[in-house]
Order: sequence, then C-alpha cells, then structure tokens
Amino acid sequence: MTLTVAILLTIVTAATPLLIAALGELVVERSGVLNLGVEGMMIMGAAAGVVVAIVTGSSILGVLAAIGAGMALSALFALLTLGLSVNQYAAGLALTIFGLGLSGLIGAPFVGLQRDGIARIEIPLLSEIPLIGPVLFRQDPFVYASFALVAGVAWFLWRTKAGLILRACGENPTSAHALGYNVLRIRLYAVLFGGACAGLAGAYLSLVLTPFWTAGMTAGRGWIALAIVVFASWMPMRAMLGAYLFGGFIILQLHAQSFGVAVPSQFLAALPYLITIAALTLIMVLRRGTGAGSVAPAGLGQPFTPDR
Amino acid sequence: MRVTLERRAEMGAWGLILAPLLAVVLTLVSATVIFWLLGQDPWRALNVYFLVPISDAWGLQEVAVKATPLVLISVGLALCFRSNNWNIGAEGQFLIGAICGSGVAVWTHGWGGPWVLPLMLVAGALGGMAYALIPAVLKVKLKVNEILVSLMLVYVAELLLDYLVRGPWRDPMGFNMPQTVTFARDATLPLLFDGGRMNLGTVITLAVVVVAAVVMARTLKGFEIRLVGEAPRAARFAGFSDARLTLTVFAVSGALAGLAGVMEAAGTVRQLLPGFSPGYGFTAIIVAFLGRLNPVGCLIAGVFIAITFIGGENAQILLRLPRDMTLVFQGLLLFFILACDTLILYRLRFGPRGAVA
Repeated sequence: MTLTVAILLTIVTAATPLLIAALGELVVERSGVLNLGVEGMMIMGAAAGVVVAIVTGSSILGVLAAIGAGMALSALFALLTLGLSVNQYAAGLALTIFGLGLSGLIGAPFVGLQRDGIARIEIPLLSEIPLIGPVLFRQDPFVYASFALVAGVAWFLWRTKAGLILRACGENPTSAHALGYNVLRIRLYAVLFGGACAGLAGAYLSLVLTPFWTAGMTAGRGWIALAIVVFASWMPMRAMLGAYLFGGFIILQLHAQSFGVAVPSQFLAALPYLITIAALTLIMVLRRGTGAGSVAPAGLGQPFTPDR
Repeated sequence: MRVTLERRAEMGAWGLILAPLLAVVLTLVSATVIFWLLGQDPWRALNVYFLVPISDAWGLQEVAVKATPLVLISVGLALCFRSNNWNIGAEGQFLIGAICGSGVAVWTHGWGGPWVLPLMLVAGALGGMAYALIPAVLKVKLKVNEILVSLMLVYVAELLLDYLVRGPWRDPMGFNMPQTVTFARDATLPLLFDGGRMNLGTVITLAVVVVAAVVMARTLKGFEIRLVGEAPRAARFAGFSDARLTLTVFAVSGALAGLAGVMEAAGTVRQLLPGFSPGYGFTAIIVAFLGRLNPVGCLIAGVFIAITFIGGENAQILLRLPRDMTLVFQGLLLFFILACDTLILYRLRFGPRGAVA
C-alpha cells in the first residue's frame, strides 16, 4: 500500500464519525430544533458501545447499544425542549455535561481494555480500482453506512412528502401546525434520529478508530459536527464535503506532527479548531457576497407550543 | 390522554425561589438513587458530598476559594444569557486571563515590586476581554455563530496553556515538570486568614456582585440587557442597538472570566500548570442558570456548586467514586432547573385525547 493510499484511508476514518453525527444534527435542525448536546450523545455512544462490546463480545450488540444510548439521551432532551419547551441552548449544554460525566462513570472500569476493531469489508471488483478502490471500497461497515446515510437523508428531505413536512416544521411551525401536522411529534422523531446518529458516530470512535475507551475521547468532535452543519448550509451533500475537509485537516495535522515539522505540536493540534472558526467565518463572508439571506431554517431554536 | 401547557394566571415572587430549590431537592433525590445503584451507602455518600465540605473552618475557606471563580464568571455569563448572547467559551477566557496575568508574573520574576499584582489583574481582565471579543465581533459583523466560535477557542486556549508551561515559561529549576515558577510575593493575592487559602479575590468578587446587582436593577444599561432578552422587538423600537449590546456583554463577561483566571493563578494556585482549571468556565454556566441569571442568585448558587465540587474531590478519596460523578450531578441539576422553571410558569393540564385546547 502506498503512502498516498494510507493517508487517504486515514482521512476517511477521521471524516466518517464527523459525517454521521453531522447528518443526524442536520435533520434535527431542519425540523427547527437546535440540539447542542451532540458531544454528550456521541461520547455516551462511544462508552456504551465499547462497554457492551467488551461485556458481550459482540461488536453488533455494541453498535446497537451505542445507538440506544444516543437515542436515550436525545429522548431526555426532547422531553425537556419539546415536552416542557425549555430553552434549547441550555438543555443541549446540560446534555453535553451530563453525557461527559455519565460516560466517564460507565467507562471507568473498562479503561485500557483493548479489543479487536471491526473487520473491513471488501467489495469485489470495485476494490480493485487503483487508488479509489482500496480507499473507498475496502472499508469498515460504518463508512458504507455513512455514504448510504448521505444519500438517504438527501433523498428523504427533498424527495419525500415526510421530508417536506419535516422541513416545514423547521421553516414555519405555525403554518405546519395550521395544516394539521403534529409539529412536536415530527420534531421528536427528528431529535431521536439525531441521537441515534450521534451514538453511532460515538461507536465508530470506540469500536473502530481507537478500539478502546478513554474518557473524553470525542475531544470536541461533536462540536465540530455542529459546525459542519452550519458550514454545509444545512445540505447533506455539502455536509459530506465539510466532513471530509475537516477530516483531511485533522489527518494532515497529525502527519505534520509525525514528520517533525518545526512547529510546536500544540499549534498543530489547535489547527482543527482554528480552521473550524475560519470556515464558519468564510462561509458567512461568501454568503454575504451573494446577497442571499440566512439559509438556516427560519424556526431554528424557537420553541413551539401548539396552544400558546 | 393529552397534555398541554397552560400559563399560570399569577406568578408570585415565591416562584422565583421555588424553582431552583425544587431543582436542588430533585438532584439530591436522583443522587441518592445513583449512589444506591453504585452500591454505596446513600447517606454516607450524601454526607461526603454535601456536609463534610462545610463542617470545619478550613473547609469553609475552601468553599469560598472554589466559589470565587464560579461566581465571578457566572455573573458575567448571566448578562450574556439574559440578552440572548450565548458565550459558552468562558473556560477559554478564564484560561487566557490566567495566561496573560501569569505572563506578567513570570516576566517580572526576581525584579518586580508592589506594582506587579495590579498589573497582572489588569492584564488578565484585558486578555479575557479581548478573547471574548473574537466571537462577539464575528457575530456582530458577519453573523457567525458565537456558540461554536467561543467553544472552539476553549480548545485553543487549553493548547496554548499547554505549550507555554511545557515550553517558554517552564520553570528552569523545576526538574522538567510542566509548570511555571512559583510566583513571587509581589505577584500573589494576599490571604485573608492564616491557615487557609481564602484570599483577596473573594472580596473583589463580592464587590463585583454588588456592582452587577445595582447595574442590573437600577441603571438604563441593566434595563436594556433585560429588555433585549425578554422583548427584542420592543428593544429595537426603543432604539437600543443589538450590536453594541452584544459587544458590551461579551466584553464584560470576558473581562470577568479573565479576572477570575488571573485571580485563580495569583491567589489560589500561585503558578501556572496544564490542569490548571477544573472546568470552572463550564460549571459557571450551570451556576448562572441556577442563580436565575441574577447576580445575587449567582452568588448563592456559586456557593452551593462549590460545595459539591469539594464534595466530589472528597468522594474520590473517601468513596473511590470517579470525579465524573460531579459532572453527572451538574448535568442533572441543570436539567431540573430548566424543567422546574417551566413547571412553575406553566400548569400541566391533562385532557382527553384529541381534545381541542
């Protein structure tokens, strides 16, 4: 395997968790809800995934547990923000703090226990294509799942009636309600989907990327996923582009460190965060240039209560 | 069965106090259940978390030491949150304040005078302010999301601190430990009592609380902050500028967080090291909400959270419970505060399924 292929492979593995979590949050935000708890749900997914996988010896059960953990936290968020219409920003922050703490508690007895990563699946013929083959078609199941998720979310949001209704709930919940749609129930489904995706992204970290548990192993990836959604202008294909750009920067920074670039390692480690800020700024400058107004869902972050 | 929320006709002043109290009680109940699930004796654990820290004079001083940064940061955050400015990067502003102030201490080490400490405090506050103005300016000029920018800057500040204490600012006599020199006498805040760590920082914080309470309740600026948060349209008609207010509250909260950082460095830790902050900037978010975004409320809430902070440290030693337990409690507490707020403002009404409300 050439060095280029090796680097491209690691970019795919860095981008995949970002992409999965960002797609989930994208659907949530399209329905008008801002869940800032992605980091918390992701790390709970990572903890639940690795703990269940170690205890049962089954990676599949681990993945399912991770999805369940993400959904359970998102259900808590939904109870507060949809059921009791509390402030979404504050509830999301609470979710992150709670998730970071609880994952540490659950994971504590499993620190340092290593297990085999999930095997890669080769797709016959396609994996023989030079360069692209080994990078895209000799991957673990999560990578394929993330590709399917991009296509699925794009198709759902723009090609189905349910997707149209979900977007209506995000753009103008009052009108959607007046048309007879149950805004809160639709938002609940979206939030649960977001939780499932964040949990799955967490499982990728603890079952594939580094197949063991360390406290705080998400290291801000949940927040970067939130930034990718903004960067992507709430579009699934652009989220994929964003996730791979960020994944690329993370890997370049790691390789620069290992090649001994004459810059302190902390500066290189700070790059992904600085680039996130730069990207968010750049996208706003570009949007201002085109004269387009805000592309965010108009009802984003606003609580909706049908009877008030 | 259908549940709807209905606004209560009248809301007495008791509601303002009842919600946080109820939230604390519910957190204690959940804590009891969690301890029981973990196989601990719940009474012993509650005792370690909530009573041992306040059972002697030394412990009380420690509570004040921990409450000082929490209160100072949360008072600033309360101004931000009240006016719908989501500065969640106070942890970064806290660290930058500590870095700027400590820079003065390291630079003047060995030749300073009594002017060093005031210079440190000013440098810390200005550093925190400048760091908070990055997301504020980007928000005002380009509508960049301030939540994400302020949070990303936390990671950057942590790495900068790590670089400085391992690199240029490392104590040359420190056996290669990643830490700065221990600050000279001129670069430290005086202690209030012998045999404890409580220092002048606590007094400064109390003064800030009083000033903030007066500003919020009695001045036009305070009215503006409250109005923008509660009725943004009305505020715009009244001629208040969103942009200027955003810059102001970010600058103030950044300066307070920076001041908290330099006072933690100069008063409590007396040097700079990598694990310098136990996450005060994030915990202060919870303090601000528990204190109902009110300066005096933040003072009371800060003391309570400080007790659980120390309780968490004690529990690590006495009960072998991981420190993450404290985060779980903090998260739960914030959930309960938010939920109780709604339950007190609104009445849950149960009606038959499908009824038109």
